[in-house]
Amino acid sequence: MNALVHFRDVSKLFGNDFALRDINLEVERGKITALIGPSGCGKSTILRLIVGLVVADTGEIQFDGEQIAPGTIMKIRRRLGYVIQDGGLFPHLTALRNLTLQPRVFRKKRDEIEKRIDELCQLTKFPNSALDRYPLELSGGQRQRVSLMRALMLSPELLLLDEPFAALDPLVRVNLQRDLKEICARLQQTVLLVTHDLAEAAFLGDEIALMNEGRIVQRGSIADLRAKPANEFVREFISAQRGLVQL
Amino acid sequence: MNARAPTRSSGFQSAVYLNRQLGTCGSLIIVLILLTGFSVSADPVIIGSKKFTESYVLAEIAKQSLERAGLKAEHRQGMGGTIILWEALRGGGIDVYPEYTGTIAEEMLKQPGASIAQIRNALSAQGIAMTDDLGFNNTYALVMRRDRSERLGLKTISDLRAHGELKFGLTHEFLERRDGWRPLSERYQLAPSQVLGIDHALGYGALSKGEIDVKDAYSTDAKIGDYGLVTLIDDLHFFPQYKAVFLYRKMLAAPASHALNDLSNSIDEARMIRLNSKAERTKNYAAAAQRFFGATENSSPFVSETFRNKLLRWVTRHLELAGISLLLAVIVGLPLGIIASRGGVIWHTILGITGVIQTIPSLALLALLVPLPFFGISARTAIVALFLYGLLPIVRNTATGLQDISRPLRESAVALGLTAGQRLRKIFLPLASRSILAGIKTSAVINIGTATLAALIGAGGLGEPIISGLNLNDHVTILEGAIPAALLALLVQFFFDLLDRVLIPRGLRL
Repeated sequence: MNALVHFRDVSKLFGNDFALRDINLEVERGKITALIGPSGCGKSTILRLIVGLVVADTGEIQFDGEQIAPGTIMKIRRRLGYVIQDGGLFPHLTALRNLTLQPRVFRKKRDEIEKRIDELCQLTKFPNSALDRYPLELSGGQRQRVSLMRALMLSPELLLLDEPFAALDPLVRVNLQRDLKEICARLQQTVLLVTHDLAEAAFLGDEIALMNEGRIVQRGSIADLRAKPANEFVREFISAQRGLVQL
Repeated sequence: MNARAPTRSSGFQSAVYLNRQLGTCGSLIIVLILLTGFSVSADPVIIGSKKFTESYVLAEIAKQSLERAGLKAEHRQGMGGTIILWEALRGGGIDVYPEYTGTIAEEMLKQPGASIAQIRNALSAQGIAMTDDLGFNNTYALVMRRDRSERLGLKTISDLRAHGELKFGLTHEFLERRDGWRPLSERYQLAPSQVLGIDHALGYGALSKGEIDVKDAYSTDAKIGDYGLVTLIDDLHFFPQYKAVFLYRKMLAAPASHALNDLSNSIDEARMIRLNSKAERTKNYAAAAQRFFGATENSSPFVSETFRNKLLRWVTRHLELAGISLLLAVIVGLPLGIIASRGGVIWHTILGITGVIQTIPSLALLALLVPLPFFGISARTAIVALFLYGLLPIVRNTATGLQDISRPLRESAVALGLTAGQRLRKIFLPLASRSILAGIKTSAVINIGTATLAALIGAGGLGEPIISGLNLNDHVTILEGAIPAALLALLVQFFFDLLDRVLIPRGLRL
């Protein structure tokens, strides 16, 4: 029972199509679990189920022993951090205001908030002086750093990252991936990362779950997947991406 | 660091939040309506008039007669049409107004051909009394330019039958009246190729320029003489008698009803035409009425209001009407827009209803509101009508502004663990602020324009000179109202542009 999140036989239908089919998954504490697979395979839906943006049709999801349901979701959300592809920063608020929104709503003390922001700026290598800028005045990489800070403000037990670096150019992406790995190691952060980039999953993930057409096809380390692909799809998916990296 | 102290409550559900908002709105509206309404007391005798010269003059005569009897009187000028005055009289919004026996029988009592005694009985049942006739018959007539009628050899209405090519320009009221165009054309078997609806005063201009050939008129119109027009003889005796009388509420105190009844049989047709002509020449109804009481031109005891004072009065009232109605529209429209933004049936219902209101012509909306209890002839009614017109832009812009917020931003707000109320206040409303403010700006400009119509129910504002100028066919008077109204609209636009800079978060203006 060391896992923080349990999925048991979870299915989700969009119309008549299965977005997810019989998902069983554990997210281990202190580890980075990477969900990988082609677009539309259902990997983002897993994150959205945990946040309560969609509701499962069958099966059960538990967070720290508590079932995710309409009655519990508001409390559970405060224990999560959620970062999406383009950050989801609110354009009408400065970087600082984006960061303080949640702690102010939950009535954290002002000096605690300020201390936390200083910590996070150091941790994410974000310049304090840029805190008064609006999202549109920041670069893409800076926006994702602020986004990450916002997700980490209340020291969440689980950090959910949905393709956080997909929209960034390669140099910025590599820097951010390296910084993220460092941050997570230092905080011993439990992370569920969604990506379609095998190299990113291999670099960041302690554990990889490869998905296709709403199912988890294979789980293990990148070495396991490479050495013993469960089926033809796994073999193709891995060789296709390895091919690109070797270029 | 500018992190402020934590803000108010958290943790209530969206429905509760909205209900609470709506509850506050409801009580605020009631308070505002009470404030605007109850300042009108029944102290002075309130005299109404329709929007044509003779009605103005007769109302002024009644006013001066009452004042000579030592009573206070107030004249609400140029209200829009028979139904509005009749309902106002029955409802107590006004106490007296000049009317014609034909109109009373045909339009108000729906008893064509009723005798004077029958009319009195029927009115009495509704709490209304009628003076004896004032001494003249102002019936409807069809008029033409003299040169045109002589060239075609037209003397009677029957003669028109042979000339289907003639263009008729008739007032909207005449077109719809039970004793108006439709039965008249049936009786005389008229089938002209073109019948246009046109304002009474503008129709005279069109007639003199030859844009129309035949128009309806009142037989005591000063303009018949002024424009050298010919009245076609009603050879089949179609038009009923239109004897001028005053209608007044039976509850009116005895001295007041005596003062009104003293006026019966005191004005014949020739005198009325002279008074009308005098009023139109001098643009001064009060002076024409003084003439009736024998005053000479220079000994006027009534100092007329300076233009500056009038303008100030019009503009203040105008801003009052447009401002209060806009405030109400914001208070009601914002929550409605928020509810509508959920989409689906709710969206269609709310936008459908506010849209339909928008399509009701303003005069019709006023006429519908006047007979309702609590409304009547008052600023209150005008404010409610303007409020209804102001709703649609605010509701629609609020709803679309909220719907246009992208899914990632919505979901980020949810994921942060904010309640529905917190999301709305801290995220969604600020994000939609540009669209919402644009809606409010549109409403404000529309309200400034539409508020000119408030004068039709005696609520004042810049519509007063516009309507009286239309009636007098006097462009200068029209411009006295139209130019300030246009300037006000520009000012309001400018003011809201400034407000944008204050209220729209800077991050959205980058």
